[in-house]
Amino acid sequence: MMNSMDFNSAIFYVLATILVASSLRVITARNPVHAALFLVLAFFTAGGLWLTLQAEFLAIILVMVYVGAVMVLFLFVVMMLDINLERLREGFWSYLPLGAAIGALMTLEMALVLGGRYFGLESVPDPGTAPAGYSNTKELGRLMFTDYVYPFELASIVLLVAIVAAVVLTKRTRKDNKSPQAGDQIAVQSKDRLRMVSMPSEKKEET
Amino acid sequence: MEVLLQPLQNLLGPLWPLVWILLKIVGIILPLLLCVAYLTFWERKVIGWMQVRIGPNRVGPWGLLQPIADGVKLLLKEIILPTKASKGIYFIGPALAFATALAAWAVVPFSEGWVVANIDAGVLYLLAITSVGIYSVIIAGWASNSKYPFFAAMRSAAQMVSYEIAMGFALVCVLMISASLNLSDIVRGQGRGMFADMGISLLSWNWLPLLPMFLVYLISGIAETNRAPFDVVEGESEIVAGHMVEYSGMAFAMFFLGEYSNMILVAVMTSVFFLGGWLSPVGFLPDSFVWLAAKSCFILFLFLWFRATFPRYRYDQIMRLGWKVFVPLCMVWLLVVGVWMMSPLNIWK
Repeated sequence: MMNSMDFNSAIFYVLATILVASSLRVITARNPVHAALFLVLAFFTAGGLWLTLQAEFLAIILVMVYVGAVMVLFLFVVMMLDINLERLREGFWSYLPLGAAIGALMTLEMALVLGGRYFGLESVPDPGTAPAGYSNTKELGRLMFTDYVYPFELASIVLLVAIVAAVVLTKRTRKDNKSPQAGDQIAVQSKDRLRMVSMPSEKKEET
Repeated sequence: MEVLLQPLQNLLGPLWPLVWILLKIVGIILPLLLCVAYLTFWERKVIGWMQVRIGPNRVGPWGLLQPIADGVKLLLKEIILPTKASKGIYFIGPALAFATALAAWAVVPFSEGWVVANIDAGVLYLLAITSVGIYSVIIAGWASNSKYPFFAAMRSAAQMVSYEIAMGFALVCVLMISASLNLSDIVRGQGRGMFADMGISLLSWNWLPLLPMFLVYLISGIAETNRAPFDVVEGESEIVAGHMVEYSGMAFAMFFLGEYSNMILVAVMTSVFFLGGWLSPVGFLPDSFVWLAAKSCFILFLFLWFRATFPRYRYDQIMRLGWKVFVPLCMVWLLVVGVWMMSPLNIWK
C-alpha cells in the first residue's frame, strides 16, 4: 500500500507535468486564444500544487482571482483583437537577443534567490503536517490585519489609486450621450408625457 | 448502516475510502440529475398554470414521463460541428459547464455530517468553482465561430462577472457574523441566538439581520444562472439561444443540465447561507434534510415564478442594477454589520 508521502509526490509530479506542458504551450501555441486558455490551465494547476502544500487559501484565491476574473477579461480582449500572426512573427529574429538577455537575467536571479542560503531546507524547515482544525485562512487573516496591517492598507490604497487612474484615463463623456437616467424615468408622471385635449364631437356630414 | 457496510469494507481493504467517496458522489449526482429532469417538468407546469395553460400532459400519466422523453430525444439527436469551429475547444465548452455545475456540490452540507468534502474553506471553494464556470460560456461562444454566439458569450460573461462581485460581498457579511468559511459551521451558527433559545429558530437565521444581503444574494443568484428576468443571453428577439445556438443534441443538453443544476445549487446555497440549511424553523420539530429540501424547493419556485411574471431586463439595466445598486448596497451593509458587531448590541457572540 502506498503511504501518504508517495501519494503526495505522485500528485505533485502529475500536476507539475501538466503545469510545465501548459506553460510551454502558452508561448508556443499559434492561436492567441489557445495560448490564453493554456495560461488558465497553468493557473489552475498551480492552484492544485499549492493545495498539496497545505496553502488552501492561496490556492483557491489564485483560481478565484486569476482564473475567475483576470483571465476572463484577458480572454475578452484577445478574442476581439484581430491579430495578424504574420506581422507578429516578422520581428522575431531582431527581438531575440533582447528577449534572450532578459530570460537569462531572470534565470540568474531565480538561481541566486533559490540557491542562496535563505531558501535551503536548513533555513526554512518543512513545517510538517498541520494539525486538524488548523485554518490557513484564519492564520493569514490574523497576520494581515495585525502584524502587516500597514503594508496591507498601503497596498490597498495603491490599488484604489490605480483603479481611479484607469477610470479617469479611459472615461470620455460624449456630449450627445442619450443614455437614459433611471431616476428621471421612474419619476415621470403621466402629465409630463400625455396632453389630454377636449374635442367636441363633430357632426357627421351627409354624403 | 455500519453493520451493513462492514463486510464490504473488509472485502475492499485499502481501496475502501476511494470506493466510499465514489459511492457518495454517485449518491449526489443521480438524485441531482433526477431533480434537474423534474425541475424542467415542474417549470413548464407552473408557468403553464400561471399563464392559464395546461403544460405538458401527453407523455405518461399527467405528462410525468415528459422529461424522460426529452432526454431520450436529445441523446439520439446528431451532434453537429459547425464548419471551421475550433474542434477541441468546441466540446470543452459544454463539458466544462456540466463539470463545474457538478463539482460545486462536493461541499454542500445536506444535513448534520452529510457532506462529501467537509473542507474548511467551503465558501471560497464554491466561489472559485462557480467562477470557473464562466469559461464554458466564453469558450462555447468563441469556438462556435459564429457571430451571435460570440455576442451572447460576451454579454453573459460580463453579466456573470458583475454579479459575482455583489454575490461575493453578500457572502462576506455572512462570513463576518458566522466567523467561519465552513458551510456546516455557517448553518450551525444560525441555530444559536435569542430566538433559537425561545424555540423560534426561524427568526435567528441570517435572513433577518442580513435582509438586504439575502435579497442581493437571491437576485444575484438568478442573474448568475442567466435566468429570467436576466436571461439576455438567450433573448430570442435579439440573439436566439445565446452561446449555445450552434450546439445540438447531447452537447446542448450538457449546457441545459449545467444551467438547471446551477439553479438548484443557488437555491440550496441560499437556504444554507440565509435560511438555516437543515435546521428546523421551530423548536419542537427535529432538524433534518427535509427542511433543506423544502426551503430549496421554495426558492426554486421563486425562480419559476419570476420567469412567468417579469419581463426581461434591458442589458444596460442589468449592468446598472449590478454595479450601481447592489455593490454600493453591499458596501453599506458591510459597514453596518461591522459596526453592529463591535457595538454592545452584537447578537453573534
